[in-house]
Amino acid sequence: MRIRLLVFASYADALGRGEVELDVAEGATVADCVAAVRALPGMGAVPPSPAVAVNRRYARPEQVVAAGDEVALIPPVAGG
Amino acid sequence: MSDFLTRDPLDVAALLASVSTEGCGATTAFVGTVRRSADDGDVAGIEYSAYEAMAESEFGRIVGDALVQWPEARIALRHRVGYVATGEASVVIAVAAPHRLTAFHACRFVIEETKERAPVWKKEHFASGDAHWVEPARG
Repeated sequence: MRIRLLVFASYADALGRGEVELDVAEGATVADCVAAVRALPGMGAVPPSPAVAVNRRYARPEQVVAAGDEVALIPPVAGG
Repeated sequence: MSDFLTRDPLDVAALLASVSTEGCGATTAFVGTVRRSADDGDVAGIEYSAYEAMAESEFGRIVGDALVQWPEARIALRHRVGYVATGEASVVIAVAAPHRLTAFHACRFVIEETKERAPVWKKEHFASGDAHWVEPARG
């Protein structure tokens, strides 16, 4: 199934763009999506367990993603 | 733009006024300002960026978490996105409450949670023209 994955800040610089479409298996987890992104060119520096949001809410690695979910890799935040 | 994010300069007085009511004996404000520090070098300003849709929700959850602990507090938060020059405010949190302990505690909670949770990033811009993403020190 296709997942739309967003990246920001240093991760977007590394990828060269702000979003990517991933093909993942049915029942794939957040961790599976992270692994798929880390395999992309330039993305090796993304840590193995970055913060991830699914549908605008922080999600755990074991959370299952569904087609149409908005998944985002969140670099270390620096707000405030 | 939204309830919590803005590209405009922050108006501390307006935010304080927005939370104050007759029942509030105490009002606090946290103002975060872009600073020039000897360690960082000649910082001309900071470019803030956000996952804006999620930042809206997450700031809403942070304020909600504060209101669970301090239900009598009235809380406003504005975070700037875009370029903020040295000396200008990047975030303002205003809290009004009947008494000062609540106002202090709730205000502190909101800024600490903001620093931990809000999907906001900053890129330092130097007078030289260089720029780099800031990875925050933790703890």
